[in-house]
Amino acid sequence: MSDDAKRIRISGRAIPVRGNDIDTDRIIPARFLRCVTFDGIGEHSFEDDRLQIAEKGGTHSFDKPEFAGAEVLVVNKNFGCGSSREHAPQAIMRWGKGIKAIIGESFAEIFFGNCVSLGIPAVTADSKTIGRIMAAVEADPSIEVAVDVEKRTVSWGSESADCELPDGPRMQFMEGRWDSTLELLSAKDAIAATASKLPYFNHWQ
Amino acid sequence: MGRNLFDKVFDLHTVRQLPSGQYQILMGLQLIHEVTSPQAFAALRERGLGVAHPERNFATADHIIPTASQARPFADGLAEEMMQALERNVAEYGIEYFSPESGTQGIVHIVGPEMGLTQPGMTMCCGDSHTSTHGAFGAIAFGIGTSQVRDVLATQCMSMGRAKVRRIEVNGRLRPGVYAKDVILYIIQQLGVKGGVGYAYEYAGDVIEAMTMEERMTVCNMSIEGGARCGYINPDQTTYDYIKGRKYAPKGAAWDRAVAYWESVRSDPDAAFDDVVKYDAADIEPVVTWGITPGQSTSVNGAIPSLEAFDATEQELIREAYDYMSFAPGQPVRGTKIDVAFLGSCTNGRLSDFAEVVRHIEGRGFKVAPTVRAIAVPGSMKVREEILKLGWDAILREAGFEFRDAGCSMCLAMNPDKLKGREVCASSSNRNFKGRQGSPTGRTLLMSPVMVAAAAFAGEVTDAREFFEIAAEPAGV
Repeated sequence: MSDDAKRIRISGRAIPVRGNDIDTDRIIPARFLRCVTFDGIGEHSFEDDRLQIAEKGGTHSFDKPEFAGAEVLVVNKNFGCGSSREHAPQAIMRWGKGIKAIIGESFAEIFFGNCVSLGIPAVTADSKTIGRIMAAVEADPSIEVAVDVEKRTVSWGSESADCELPDGPRMQFMEGRWDSTLELLSAKDAIAATASKLPYFNHWQ
Repeated sequence: MGRNLFDKVFDLHTVRQLPSGQYQILMGLQLIHEVTSPQAFAALRERGLGVAHPERNFATADHIIPTASQARPFADGLAEEMMQALERNVAEYGIEYFSPESGTQGIVHIVGPEMGLTQPGMTMCCGDSHTSTHGAFGAIAFGIGTSQVRDVLATQCMSMGRAKVRRIEVNGRLRPGVYAKDVILYIIQQLGVKGGVGYAYEYAGDVIEAMTMEERMTVCNMSIEGGARCGYINPDQTTYDYIKGRKYAPKGAAWDRAVAYWESVRSDPDAAFDDVVKYDAADIEPVVTWGITPGQSTSVNGAIPSLEAFDATEQELIREAYDYMSFAPGQPVRGTKIDVAFLGSCTNGRLSDFAEVVRHIEGRGFKVAPTVRAIAVPGSMKVREEILKLGWDAILREAGFEFRDAGCSMCLAMNPDKLKGREVCASSSNRNFKGRQGSPTGRTLLMSPVMVAAAAFAGEVTDAREFFEIAAEPAGV
C-alpha cells in the first residue's frame, strides 16, 4: 500500500452543517445522479438545501465564503441516511478543496461504509463535543480542526476530545488499506473454496 | 442457545477474516442497474480487472427509464447515455441483462424475485438501499455503494462487519384495510429512523407468517428507512411455493436439496438475538407520513404531533418538517388536499398491490378528483403484462389513472415523472425526504396503495376503510 493512501491524521479548516437525519437526497439531489462519471458532481453538494435557504434570505454554510476551502465536515445525527448512493460522499469529497474527514454525532451505515471505501474517515463524538466544535468553527472559521485516526481524538483550536471509529476501519485507514479490491482479490483460493460449499452458487448444478 | 438466520448465512459466506478485523463475505448474487454501476465498470477497466463471476450478476434498468414511453433514444440525453453504458457493460462482461427488448425489465427488486433468482440462505447485494427487499425470502441482502459494486464485480466479495440482530414480532391479526405497508410504517414510527443502525431486523410473529411473499417484500423493503441495512423473514412453505417453477428456481432433484438447505438456515427455535421487540397487530391502523422522514407518521385519524412529544434534540427537525410540509401541530392529517397520486415503486409496485386497489374500485364508478393527477406504474414488465391480461389497466384508466410502463417512476427524481412546485403527493413509495419526488419543494405523504387510491378519488387524505366501505371485521369472524 502506498503512503499516499494512509489516513493517520487529517487537519484543515472545518465547515459545519447543522441538522439531524440529513439524507443523501439532500446531500446530492437525484437529478445529479444522471451521469456515468463522478466528475463535476462536487459543486452540486446540498444544492436544493442551499437554494431553499437562500430563498428565505439565509445562507447555507456551503455558500458562506468563510468556509470555502474547508476540508473537515462537522455534522449531527444520522448523517447520510436514505439512499445508498455513493454519489453523496463522492460529491462532498469533490466540493471546493475536497472534504477529507467528517466528524458527526452518528452516521447512517451505508454512508459510513461508502466513506471508508473512499478513504474518508467519518468519526463520531458525543453531542456536547459536536456542539462545541460547531460553535467554535462558526465563531472563527479559520481555526484548524483535526481528526487523529491513530489516537481517536478530534481537536479544534486549543481544545480536544475523544472520538470513536471502529477498529476495522481505523486499521484500514492507518495502513492505507481502505481500497479493498486487491485485498479481496488476493484470496482467490479461499473464495473458490467458500463458493464450492454453497449448494446454490453454481445455480444448483 | 441456537443460532439465528443472519449469523448462519453470514458464517456460510465468510471467506476469511481480514487483517482489519472485518470479514470478507462472498456475495451469492449481485443485482445491477444503470445508476450505480457505470463508475464501477469504469474502475474495473482502469485497473485492468475482469468480472469474477458474471453468472452470479444480473442487470436491469429501472431508475432513469421513462414510463410514458420506453422508445429509444430517450429524450433525456443523460438517461440515454446511462442506458447505453449499461448495455455496453453487460455485453462486454457477459452479464445477463433483463432488458426492455426481452420483456423482462423492471425495478431491480421486483425482477430478482420474479425470476426466481432471490432465494433463501443467500447473501445478496445491489447498489441500491432497497436491496433489503430480498430479505423477504430469508436472504441477507445489503444496499451498497459504487466502490463495493466494483469490489463485488471484481471478486464477488465485499468487506464488512457483522451486524447485530433485532427480532421484531408482530402478533395477532391485522384489521381489514390495514396492510403490510402500514405494518412497516408503524414499526419505523415506533423504533425511529435511526433505531436500526448496526442491526439486521428479523421480522416474525403471526402477522408476518401469515403474509404473502409480496407483502413480506413490502415489509423488508423499508428496513433501511428504519436504519437497518438488512431485514429478513425466515423462509417457509409460503416462500418455497413462490419460488417453485420460476426461471432460476432449482428444478427436479435439485429442488429437494434446495429446500433442505433453505430449512437449515432458518433461525433455530431457541436462537439468540441482540434485541427483541413485540407489537400487537390490533394497535396498527392505516398509517400516513406527515413529515420529511419515514418515521414522522401518524394513523390516518390521528393529528400532527406536538413539538413537546419529541425529545429536545429532535425538535429542530420536527420544526423543519412542520415548515416544509406546511402542517401545524394538532392538525388532522385526514383532509389534507393532494395534487398527485402515485401507485408503484419497489415497495408497492407488485401485482398484489394493484389487485387490492382494483378489488375495491372495480364496477363502483370512482373517478380521480379533477384536481388530482394520478399515475399507476407497474414495477416490472411482467407485472404490467399480467395487469393487461387481467384487464385491470382498463379499470385503472376508467377510474382516471394513467397506466404506465415499468420503472421506478415518481419514487425518485431521475426520470420524467416528477412533482412540480409545492405539490402534495399521496404515494405508495418509500421516502418522503425533502425534494425526493423531483421538485425541491414537493411534498410526499407515504401510505398504502389502497389509501393512495382513496386519496386520489377523494382529492384529499381519507380513511380508505370508510371510503371503500371495507368491513370492520374479516369475513367469518
